[in-house]
Order: sequence, then structure tokens, then C-alpha cells
Amino acid sequence: MTRRTTHLRVNPIRCDAYGHCAELLPELIELDEWGYPIIADGPVPAGLQREARRVVSLCPRLALVLEQRDAHRA
Amino acid sequence: MSSVLTSGPVWYLMRGSGVVSLLLLTSVSALGIATVSRWRPGRMPRFVTLGLHRNISLLAVAFLSVHVLTAVIDPQASVSAVAVIVPLPSDRYALWLGLAALALDLVVALVVTSLLRHRLPLRFWRAVHWLAYLAWPVALLHGAGMGTDAGSSWMLAVDAACIAIFAGAVVLRMINAPRAAAKHLEPTTLRVAR
Amino acid sequence: MSVAVRPRSRVSALPRLLRPAGEPTSLSAHVAHYGGLPRLRGEAEALIADVEASGLRGRGGAGFPTHLKLRAVRAGRSPIVVANGVEGEPPSHKDKLLMRTNPHLVLDGAVAAAAAVGARQIVIAVGRNAASARDSLAGAIAERARAGSREQFELVTIPDRFVAGEETALVHWLNGGPAKPAFVPPRPYEKGVRGRPTLVQNVETLANIALIARHGPGWFRELGSDDEPGSMLVTLGGAVGRPGITELESGSSLRDALERCDGFDESPQALLIGGYFGTWVPAARALDAPLSDAGLRPFGAALGARSLAVLPQQRCGVAETARIADYLARESAGQCGPCVFGLRAIADALTAIATCDSGAAAALKRVRRVAQQVTGRGACAHPNGATRLVESALAVFADEVGHHLSGYCSARSSESVLPVPHGPVEWR
Repeated sequence: MTRRTTHLRVNPIRCDAYGHCAELLPELIELDEWGYPIIADGPVPAGLQREARRVVSLCPRLALVLEQRDAHRA
Repeated sequence: MSSVLTSGPVWYLMRGSGVVSLLLLTSVSALGIATVSRWRPGRMPRFVTLGLHRNISLLAVAFLSVHVLTAVIDPQASVSAVAVIVPLPSDRYALWLGLAALALDLVVALVVTSLLRHRLPLRFWRAVHWLAYLAWPVALLHGAGMGTDAGSSWMLAVDAACIAIFAGAVVLRMINAPRAAAKHLEPTTLRVAR
Repeated sequence: MSVAVRPRSRVSALPRLLRPAGEPTSLSAHVAHYGGLPRLRGEAEALIADVEASGLRGRGGAGFPTHLKLRAVRAGRSPIVVANGVEGEPPSHKDKLLMRTNPHLVLDGAVAAAAAVGARQIVIAVGRNAASARDSLAGAIAERARAGSREQFELVTIPDRFVAGEETALVHWLNGGPAKPAFVPPRPYEKGVRGRPTLVQNVETLANIALIARHGPGWFRELGSDDEPGSMLVTLGGAVGRPGITELESGSSLRDALERCDGFDESPQALLIGGYFGTWVPAARALDAPLSDAGLRPFGAALGARSLAVLPQQRCGVAETARIADYLARESAGQCGPCVFGLRAIADALTAIATCDSGAAAALKRVRRVAQQVTGRGACAHPNGATRLVESALAVFADEVGHHLSGYCSARSSESVLPVPHGPVEWR
């Protein structure tokens, strides 16, 4: 049985450094010196799944995506 | 039956909700402009600006619905349901009602596309959202010229306040334009290492 | 079951892809030398199986197994084949040479690939500056039309930007936009030109497919190792006796490659392997390393687009790298914040070090920090390549960096060795 994990990814072409994502989900996202998001490696922890979905929905540029990957291929 | 619909309360409700709608629409526009300007007031996080923009716009829709509904059912106002969404030639209020219909159409377009934001192509949503710059002045003009309050001093004061808020937001936008468009403006200067 | 295998002929040894200088590029000369391309109608699966058995990997820089791409595109509806001869790397010229001197083999490869994936449209993409390559291909296409062939080719010229040859950038241009990379997924093999599954394949890879279709996988594997079979075209530049392109067996050593171009011009200091997307390696250690991904891995290098450049002793590697870093910063598509700002910051900091500026020590710290922050955060691999190049330079030229921090440069000459294009170029 392959476990599926959820990964948060930013589309850097769409991203315009609004910075809302880092404010809403500081556990996983911080901003670099120019205001663009650095997302923590690895799958989204179970406890933050709902927040991750919310942050994807609230990005003003719809630049965040949640991807499902097979666990062994992470 | 018609006593419920005496022009008194409904009439005042229509005018009152109209004014509140205008104030809310002005706030929504200003907050939207502030969001795109990357405005950061003090230590307040930026997502709050966008959150207020979204929530107040829903409030504005509520008041706008009351305003439109009361305009239709009020016997003295006698606005037909069709005239609400389509400018029609009628009496001396034709221009102001036409503007009202246009403003309503634009607001509906803005709200509906924003509710469906995730399902629409981003460029389409953005193109429609630019119409906000048209919706607000049209709403303002409708309010300024329409009906019995037109020209009254308090209405003029409300209009002036709305103009000041909106203009302030636009100035903020223009000042912050470089920060908002950062990566697109980054100059790639021609340099030689030695 | 394989397609018909021709008896081994003079095409078994090197050179396979390169024709001797002065050889005519006419269709009749081509058929006389290589034989005709076998009929591939209904043989798509057999051809893909042959490509898989041959172990052919992409020759454009990524080294992806070709048969996987063919299978993926074949699975889609109404696919399209794009022959990628764009070659945006300034020090690399092998694709241009191949297209100029052997256009019919490239066209054969495109036709074979189209048969393999079931495509009826073929686009040949060439860089705008490669006029003679384009003319050669245009002539070959016209010749085939006159000879009554019913193949349809569309020849396009692409702006000369560094990233324009990246497969999503090429697809973006073909779809009417600028030659800038796009966010993946979806990759071109799923959704590319006009939303159709698109096979973007380097022209050297296609030329190899054309030969595998004729001679089979066994023949292809007569050269090279089990893991990296076949031949490869290598561009050699910098301080070598005769800069140019040579065709080598996969896995030949750097020394073999360099001897093919009359050895060194001056005593070598370091080698740049893989072009501006590649890595610096100290000359002494790398000379006998095999030219294969496996052989180069211990040096932290990879073959990439197979461009090798030699930096001689009396030059400054830091200054060369600063020039290249500045070029790479200018060649950013400008779409992703970390790339736009990060590469500019890295280039400026490297320039400060190269000019022995008083702020060089702080600049060195900044380069390291920014490089780590920026890598992997663009939509394409452009920032990754730039940071890899810069980090390898700081490692290989560590002594020179130390001199610069003390305020002097030990190089005798400040003439540049590696070519860096200048001047504004369009994206469309």
C-alpha cells in the first residue's frame, strides 16, 4: 500500500511576493530577503493540512499548489 | 396590504441602504487597492487587508441587495425589475437609473468572478477585476445625481469623503508601484566584470 | 522484434554523426553514405523497443532516457514532434554543426521519431543566429519536397536567449508567447504545442535515432559503456590548440578529447565542463576522468550539453566566472523573483570579488548565502545551473579568491577566454 503525501509548492512565475502565505502559515513558509516564499521541504504535516489548504485558497495570485505524491517517491 | 409598503419606511430604507452601499463600496475599493500596493500599516499582517476587502465586499453586497430590492418594491420609486440591470430610457431619472444599472452589473460581475476565482483562468479574473475602477465612479455618480437627496449638503459630504478615500488609495498605489511590480522592473543592466 | 538491420558498414566506427569537411549535404550523397531510412509504417513499437535496448539518452543536456519520452508522447492524442536545435549555450556549437553539415540525418531522425510517436507534424527549431544551419536545413527540406517526399516540416527560428532551448520555453514560443520557460506540470509530453502531447528532442539525439532505425541497438552499443553507450558530440573551447567540435566515444577521457584538438594552447589551470550550466574542475585531477556522467560525478560535475573549455594558468578564473555570472543574470527570463534578484546579487558580489574591491569579503559571504537560498526556487533550472557554476568556481579557485580578498589578482592577463554575448536580444 503506497502512502500518499501532500506537498506544498509555489509557482514562482505566478508569485508576486504578496507575502500573505508566510503570515498565514509561518510553520512551513518563510520569506527570503526579496519577499518571495521559501517553503519547507518534505510533506505537509497532518496537523497543518487544513491550514495549507486555506493558504492555497487565499493566495492573491493563486500561486500555491498542493500536490499529492507517492510516499516512496518524495 | 399597501400600508406596509407606504413610501415612508421603504423609501428611507432605499436611500439609507444606498448611501451605506456607496460607503462600503468605497472602502472595498480602497482595501483592494491597498492590497495590491503591498500596504503594511504598522505591524498588521498584510493578509488582514485582503481579508477585510473580501468580508466587507460581502457586506456591501448585502446592503446593495436591500437597496435594489427596496427600489423595486417601493411604489413611489417605481423602478422595474428590468431597469435594475439594463439602462432603459424612461423619465427624467433615465441617466441616473442607467448608471445604477451599470454599477450593479459591474458589481455582480466582480463578485461572481471572485467567488469562482479558483475555477476561472487567472487572467480573465484580473481583467474583470480591473472594472472595479469603473464601477466605483459610476456608483458615485448615480448616488450624486439620483433622486431627492441629490445636491443636499450631507450627501455632498458623503460623496466628498468617498472621493477622498478612493483618491488616497490611488495615490498609495502609485507610490508603491515599484514595490508591487518588483521582479518585472528589476533592471538587467549590462555590466562587464573587468 | 527489431526493424531490419543493415549489415555493418563503414558507419560502424567513428565518426557516426559528423561528415568530413567539404562533403556534400545533398540527399543523394546522404543516401549513398548512410543508406535510406527504412520504412517505419507500423513499426513504431519496434522502433521504440530498439531505442530502449540501445540505451540512448538525450544529448541536449538533461540526459533523459529517450525511450521514456517516446513512450509518454505516443500515449497521447495527436502528438507533435519538435526537433530542438536551439542550443542557447554560447560555448556550445555541436548542434549547429550537425544541422549545417548533416541536415538530412537530423530530418531522418525527426521523421523516425514522428513515426515512433504517431505524430504527423514536425517542427524544426533553430537559433536565429545560426543562419548557415538554418539555410542548410531549409535546403534539405526543399530537396526532399522536390524529390517527391510527402513529409511536412516546419522550420522556425528562435530568439538567441540562453534559456530559449529549454523545452517548455520552446513550446511557449511555438504557442505564440516569448521563449520563456513555463511552470511544470504539465510537461510538454503531456500538454505542449497547442495543448497536444509534444516530443521535444535534441537534434543530436534525433540523428542517433535515425541511425538506430537503420542499424539496430546492438550497433549503437558497439561504442561506449553499458551505462552510457554510443557516441557524443563535444564542443571544445578556451585555450586549446584547435577549438571546435569532435565526435567521441561515450566515456572517452578528457585527455582524449583534448588531444583531438591539438592539445593545449597554454598550460591548463581548470576545465569548465558542461558549459555555462556546468561546473569547474581542476585540470590536473580531471584530465584522465572519463567523459561520462558516472565518471564526472566524483568531481561534482555532469556532462550537460558536452561543452568543455580550458582555462589556462595565467588567467583569472574568478574574473571569468564573474563575467559568466553577469551574463546568466542578464539571461534570466525575469519571471521568478529568486532568479531575478538572486542571480543579480550573485553576479554583483562576484564582480566585487573579481575587482578586488574592499567589500570583497562581505561579497563572498553574500554569494554563498544567496546561492544556497536561490537554488531550486525558479520555475526552470536556470538558477540551479548558475549557482552550481559559481559554487564550483569558489571551490576550484579558492586560492585565487584568497588573493583577491587580500587585494590583488595573480593572473597575468585579463583577456577573457570564454565568450559572453552582449547586446539586447528579443524574447519573441
